[in-house]
Amino acid sequence: MKGATAKIFKYTLYDLARSRWVLGYAMLIALMVGGLLLFGNDPTQAVVSVLNLVILVVPLVSLLLGLMYHYANRDFALLVLTQPVPRASVFFGQLLGLGVALVGAFLLGAGAPFLVYSLIGQVDWATLFVVLVVGVAITLVFLSLALWLGVREEERVRALGVAIGVWFLLTFVYDGLLLFFIILAQAYPIDPWVIGISMLNPVDLGRVLVLLHLDTAALMGYTGALFKHFLGTALGTALAALALLVWIFWPAFFARRRFEKKDF
Amino acid sequence: MVHVEALTKRFGPLEVLKGVSAEFPAGAVTAVVGPNASGKTTLMKSILGLVLPDSGRVEVLGEPAINNPRVREHIGYMPQDPRFPENVTGREVLAWIEELRGRPKARLEELVERFGLAEHLDRPTRFLSGGTRQKLSAVLAFLFDPEVLILDEPTAGLDPLASSRFKDLVKAERDRGKTVILTSHVMSELEELAERIVFLLEGRVVFSGAVEALREATGETRLERAVARMMEAV
Repeated sequence: MKGATAKIFKYTLYDLARSRWVLGYAMLIALMVGGLLLFGNDPTQAVVSVLNLVILVVPLVSLLLGLMYHYANRDFALLVLTQPVPRASVFFGQLLGLGVALVGAFLLGAGAPFLVYSLIGQVDWATLFVVLVVGVAITLVFLSLALWLGVREEERVRALGVAIGVWFLLTFVYDGLLLFFIILAQAYPIDPWVIGISMLNPVDLGRVLVLLHLDTAALMGYTGALFKHFLGTALGTALAALALLVWIFWPAFFARRRFEKKDF
Repeated sequence: MVHVEALTKRFGPLEVLKGVSAEFPAGAVTAVVGPNASGKTTLMKSILGLVLPDSGRVEVLGEPAINNPRVREHIGYMPQDPRFPENVTGREVLAWIEELRGRPKARLEELVERFGLAEHLDRPTRFLSGGTRQKLSAVLAFLFDPEVLILDEPTAGLDPLASSRFKDLVKAERDRGKTVILTSHVMSELEELAERIVFLLEGRVVFSGAVEALREATGETRLERAVARMMEAV
């Protein structure tokens, strides 16, 4: 990391560490995970419930907090951009600061209840680990999308609207359409296609990654079972992880390009 | 000294700068005036590198300034509506900018005292009033003793005491040979501070020169009248 990037990263993180929103997010996750742990009885099932939480709540909060920070700090970005600092440093410093803050809030919120719970009950640590990794990846994917959206769109309200639309599409509509497609085409050998289509959706990728590591993959969804059947755990994991990485980087890449050419 | 040549800038269908050339000499306060939406802020932001012109040249102290963040080492800037990270104190903001610039805050105590800012420096900036944020912004602009000062409506929101102290500061900097570029809607302020005028109208420079020359060209003694005459004439 270059000097200026590191400094802007530090300031962003410092500001966010004091933000009530980030703290509120950590507490929200902790409350929900704690509730799941208290009311569930099977340790693996508890982790899988956390997965569903990760898949629904984490994308939405990452999008919204990423956008809110972007708009709330436009004026500060403006101040920094009038200093002898390259634009790329401002962009990456903020991206990294937001990333570390949101990932930290998620890990704290999702991890701490399990630590406490381990004193009184049994925890499936291996699966939990995969779920946390997936949560981190999903956080970064949607943060990266949020910044791209924020850099492109001047109007906060419109950006928030698009963000909610994207979230709804990727978490609900996409799977519905995929299922519809599977039923329509059930007479044909479409399984490789289904794998391909799932890889276009980061939320599905996250789910697949966790399910590959569960014995009950088939219970939790068709695509998970397909990945396991066709690719095996190792190759499936590698492919899904790679696709998630691509999902983190491409929106950030376009966001940065736009940021470099933008008028403030 | 700042020099811009044949600057053009388009925002979508709107041509905001249509070949603007102007000279901002050292040791003088040059006011950029013109009606709303005439391109004043776009011109200043082009000098700062916040807006990237479609064509033309910008030179700051003889160095090309477009896509060259280093020239900003020599520029202090006060935006129209300064904002800072909400959860951070003024003192921290000052320390950050010092760290980013990699130079010591040469004039901190003197400036903080001039604007009576000491008691506000340790509160998160979200609790600061508009005027106090403006004072903090003024301290930042002058902090590193830059050669070029770009001041966009700098006294809007300042109380009369702070405003007059601010104007004294600008005059002192000019006398020390600094290049000052200023916009303001308050004509009496321009009358007091500016010795040169760059008059923009719909993205073109319609007058550039000494305030005296503008008065002579329009036959008006008051700057406000002279500016109004220019607006009517074109």
